[in-house]
Amino acid sequence: MSGDKILSVDRLAMRFGGIVAVQDLSFAAERKKITALIGPNGAGKTTVFNCITGFYKPSGGTIQLTHDDGRVIALERLNDFRIAKQAKVARTFQNIRLFPGMTALENLMVAQHNALMRASGFTLLGLLGVPAYRDAEKRAIDLATDWLKRVNLLDRADDAAGNFAYGDQRRLEIARAMCTEPALLCLDEPAAGLNARESAALSELLLSIRNELGTSILLIEHDMSVVMEISDHIVVMDHGVKISEGSPREVRDDPKVIAAYLGTDEEEAVAVMESGS
Amino acid sequence: MTPKSATGIPALLKTAFVNALIALVLFSLMVGIRTEAGSDGQLTYWTRFGEVAALVAAVFGGSIVIELLRQWIGPAGADKLVPPVVQSGMSFVGRYLAPVLLVFTVMVPVIFYDQRYILDLGILVLTYVMLGWGLNVVVGLAGLLDLGYVAFYAVGAYSYALLATNFGWSFWVCLPLAGILAAFWGVLLGFPVLRLRGDYLAIVTLAFGEIIRLVIINWQDLTGGPNGVSGIPRPSFFGIPLDNSDSGLAAKLGIEYSSSHRIVFLFYLILALALLTNWVTIRLRRLPIGRAWEALREDEVACRALGINTTTTKLTAFATGAMFGGFAGAFFATRQGFISPESFTFQESALVLAIVVLGGMGSQLGVALAALAMIGGFELFRSLETYRMLVFGMAMVLIMIWRPRGLIGHRAPTVYLTKAQAISSDLVKEGHG
Repeated sequence: MSGDKILSVDRLAMRFGGIVAVQDLSFAAERKKITALIGPNGAGKTTVFNCITGFYKPSGGTIQLTHDDGRVIALERLNDFRIAKQAKVARTFQNIRLFPGMTALENLMVAQHNALMRASGFTLLGLLGVPAYRDAEKRAIDLATDWLKRVNLLDRADDAAGNFAYGDQRRLEIARAMCTEPALLCLDEPAAGLNARESAALSELLLSIRNELGTSILLIEHDMSVVMEISDHIVVMDHGVKISEGSPREVRDDPKVIAAYLGTDEEEAVAVMESGS
Repeated sequence: MTPKSATGIPALLKTAFVNALIALVLFSLMVGIRTEAGSDGQLTYWTRFGEVAALVAAVFGGSIVIELLRQWIGPAGADKLVPPVVQSGMSFVGRYLAPVLLVFTVMVPVIFYDQRYILDLGILVLTYVMLGWGLNVVVGLAGLLDLGYVAFYAVGAYSYALLATNFGWSFWVCLPLAGILAAFWGVLLGFPVLRLRGDYLAIVTLAFGEIIRLVIINWQDLTGGPNGVSGIPRPSFFGIPLDNSDSGLAAKLGIEYSSSHRIVFLFYLILALALLTNWVTIRLRRLPIGRAWEALREDEVACRALGINTTTTKLTAFATGAMFGGFAGAFFATRQGFISPESFTFQESALVLAIVVLGGMGSQLGVALAALAMIGGFELFRSLETYRMLVFGMAMVLIMIWRPRGLIGHRAPTVYLTKAQAISSDLVKEGHG
């Protein structure tokens, strides 16, 4: 694949003791595009995600992030919070991790922590209540309000996040990740547990993030209707290795992918496809 | 006690029978056999089966009564019991409780000018209010269970005592130094415990509290060991001593000297320090650092995913809490005029933690009320003599049954768009430790 890459993963490997979760995985995500990482359960998708977002330290290989200004950051050398802070990679979680006892607005304010810390002079100026900090806080509230509007939760801004319905929590988590103003947004199964209407709304939201804001998105997803509709590029994994990649159309027709999903040999899958069509 | 409430008479009797059986096992040795040293030093004992039978019968009857009460009221019946008029009255009281309490506190030295006992008690309560507010930053906001808070209280007290007695520095110079030194020790404690959570964190902080106390006991050259430090200078009114001399404040103002002056001054001093703690904490909660503390309590992994440096966030929480503990310690030293390691035992840590938990973790007003209830209540039961602890313990248990998340369990949001509404305590996390 050619073009402007924002993320390139090269020969990534992750071992837990003797268990090989990811092996020799190479792929790239293009700038301002939506890249999907799919595969059957246990294929190692979330492990790849955790390597990219710094929750795991890869056993081997490199992960490079190229910013708009040409700055290249080796993600495998940064760990935990620095990836979000310096490399501007934001993520959501498979099992939603909001701050349930804080309001929706507070959740989005916490996401802007680093910018606000600088504005508050690392607390000292903020404690004295300087006008510069008050302006910064006002801007942060405006950004949060803007995102609440986008995810259609503005009327619930002052409600505790823990009280939200499942679908609303999913959208709020995406809004929170976006409030960090990321270069790359990583979504771990954003459509899990959503009904058809909510999935459609999610697809629309993700497309608007790509088209209007130009944020690159990398997502793991099982909901094929979402994946096929919005993805520009799909990488398929099984048993820790990449088995296929390409456009949604190419991947859909790849016998290897069908074999992996059906749990059969490649020949059988081809036979099934041919008899079916 | 059975976990689910029993229904019907057989289940009721069964619960009562089980409770009576437990009581029988417990009391048969504790009450049933009485041992004493005889006249020649030999062990004599006699049995008291009548008392055991009476206690077991009381437990049997008591559990039937409690079970019946529980079924009438129901698990969520507390709301129904209180009529709406009273409820709206309560919320009205709740809104004006803090300002009224503050005005009353400011007026205490005026109202009880000559009652030394009440003023001393007021100073004691305010000291614990301040300690509670300081620990609230660590436990209530950041959700880090700290069982060694007394260590910072000790560091503050000894900092002031040693600086003042050795170098003759004034209280107002030593106060910030005591805070800074305590904060420094807070950071030192913070580093090794950063990776720990829950029970492990509690154990290490507990050990830290003991280490500080043991170092104070054993470092005789510096701290005087178990003998403590005496002759600590009393606080001055910004350089003017509060005594009977010609250069004292009373003489300068041309009023008659009274020993109450110093007590009243100490009262307002600790009130000012406590209010400073409160003001700073309320301010910090609305700043990004305070929000990060609360977010850390809610979900540490999510914090890291949002680019929050959890290490420095935890350390600042420890340092801030420790600093307020240090201020309170310096005040304690100047009030007592004498300090020894005996004042800084684990019991103090436990008491302050109990105040924070009883008050409702994170709530400033709750902590103040809890300090008043714990310290004031303890004094209130003084006339009961030996039964004081028993009554006090029972009162604590009842309060925790009635309000498991503390006196003020809900959380107030730090920022809002249209309307600040309290967040139910069911949603607010207690932290991982």
